[in-house]
Amino acid sequence: MSALTIADVERIAALAHLDLTADEKTQFARQLAEILDYAQQLQTVDTDGVAATAHLHTDAGTERDDAPRPSLTPQQAVANAPDAAVESGLFRVPRVMGG
Amino acid sequence: MAALTARAIRDDVAAGRVSAVEVCRDAIARIEASNPSLNSFLLVDAEGALERARKVDARRAAGETPGPLAGVPIAIKDNLCVRGMKTTAASKILATYVPPYDATVIERLEAAGVVIVGKTNCDEFAMGSSNENSAFGPVHNPWALSRTPGGSSGGSAAAVAAAQVPLALGSDTGGSIRQPASFCGVVGLKPTYGRVSRYGLLAFASSLDQIGPIARTVEDAALTLTAMAGPDRADATSSHESLPDLAAALTGDVKGLRVGVPRTFVTEGVDAGVKAAFDAALAVLQESGATLVDVELPHAPYGVPAYYLVCTAEASSNLARYDGVKYGYRSPASADGLQAMYTHSRSEGFGAEVKRRIMLGTYVLSAGYYDAFYLKAQQVRTLLRRDYDRAFAHADVIATPTSPIPPFGLGEKADDPLQMYLADIFTVSANLAGLPAISVPGGFVTRDGARLPVGFQLTGRPFDEATVLRAADAYQRVTVWPTVAPGELR
Repeated sequence: MSALTIADVERIAALAHLDLTADEKTQFARQLAEILDYAQQLQTVDTDGVAATAHLHTDAGTERDDAPRPSLTPQQAVANAPDAAVESGLFRVPRVMGG
Repeated sequence: MAALTARAIRDDVAAGRVSAVEVCRDAIARIEASNPSLNSFLLVDAEGALERARKVDARRAAGETPGPLAGVPIAIKDNLCVRGMKTTAASKILATYVPPYDATVIERLEAAGVVIVGKTNCDEFAMGSSNENSAFGPVHNPWALSRTPGGSSGGSAAAVAAAQVPLALGSDTGGSIRQPASFCGVVGLKPTYGRVSRYGLLAFASSLDQIGPIARTVEDAALTLTAMAGPDRADATSSHESLPDLAAALTGDVKGLRVGVPRTFVTEGVDAGVKAAFDAALAVLQESGATLVDVELPHAPYGVPAYYLVCTAEASSNLARYDGVKYGYRSPASADGLQAMYTHSRSEGFGAEVKRRIMLGTYVLSAGYYDAFYLKAQQVRTLLRRDYDRAFAHADVIATPTSPIPPFGLGEKADDPLQMYLADIFTVSANLAGLPAISVPGGFVTRDGARLPVGFQLTGRPFDEATVLRAADAYQRVTVWPTVAPGELR
């Protein structure tokens, strides 16, 4: 049985930019361990020298003309952003330094 | 009229026997009547739909050739972008998002004459097999309201089964079109990976995701695929492989067709009623002249673990974009600085299953676990593809049940993610191998006095949707299982 500690869960959550409640940490520690334990059965498969499949049926050498095309305006692009400065077409975020 | 097929509506609209506006009004009335009990639609755009229907009628009146789906009302899964129409992926984090552009499939289907009536409920970011992960409440199965319609495209399948609309779009990453189609007694097609552009589909797992139709007939699914397939400069993974004439492929003739049956795979854990329906479906194909052949898919039992490692890894990367900056929800706690804004917005905006999958995906991609989990899963994916290559040397299609179990009760598996994942055993392989697969209505089982649909799945060679559709259509022609749930339930 794979053991997953609360500290493991906190480390993964930090990597994923998630802040979990104490209940979520306990629940995920148990559920993720259970799922990973189940996934351990893959270790019984002999994959020596087998290439990994990352993607499928991609046509080689698909190219497009390097020509400008119509696209969203800056105003359209930021229209869904919370607290955007839409008129100037800018995203707005909290202070970055010293946070 | 929404109980008619898309093909029948198209023919009537093209011949002027009915207007697109009349068809549209009928669909909206049906949706308004049954949506309170089904929760299949998250958004109904009645005014916009009537306006679009008027344009279809105007084009016909002006002498233009009506499109192949002229006047057909269609529902769109809420993870597909429709310009100006709120698109939430059933997530709180996108509750207010209004796309500034159309998905490629939307552009193509509108050019073919469809009338978009609204957006359908689904599991949050298409992550789930029961529709219970929607931030806006679960969808109810039209055949038995206490049961799940399946997921993640549960709203789309329920909408078609309840005759709210004749046609809907779903997306399928590990069975999300086929399993709800099976649970709701309708047809669901996942095309070959690359057959349909994914541009404008909110990404879950980019190497597995594919958009496809949910309909009541195989013919309608073929019509819809024809209208939306083909290369797209906006999606580098869309294929240039040509699509044969699918209408011509639906001959009803399966004489000599070799149907592969992976008998050792379709044994353990399969509900007895589902197994009986599956055996009966095979017998129907055999009586129609097809030959049943035994095939082996030795790595298929590893499909579920491989799938849940690959899809969560890709999801953890794809969902990194939801950070409170560019669109969607931003936490009020963002005054504490940029990092706090990211973390609080994501933690408050995502639901439990999405967080669980992001956590799992982050774990399997993290240092020390990448080789043992992620790389291993991708290698098993290669072995599974080879299994299919070998099987397709002897068989033209491969038959399995779509789901090992009939539609289960809402809440029944909600607290046990692993049990929920295990029920995806027959659908995930087609995504891992990128193959076309269809779920066609394949009979019924009775549970607690309710008649519940069971799906029959056929999987084909890459880009050979034509054979998959031909076999499914031939089966549907001789079985005609009802595809509209009894109305008194609503």
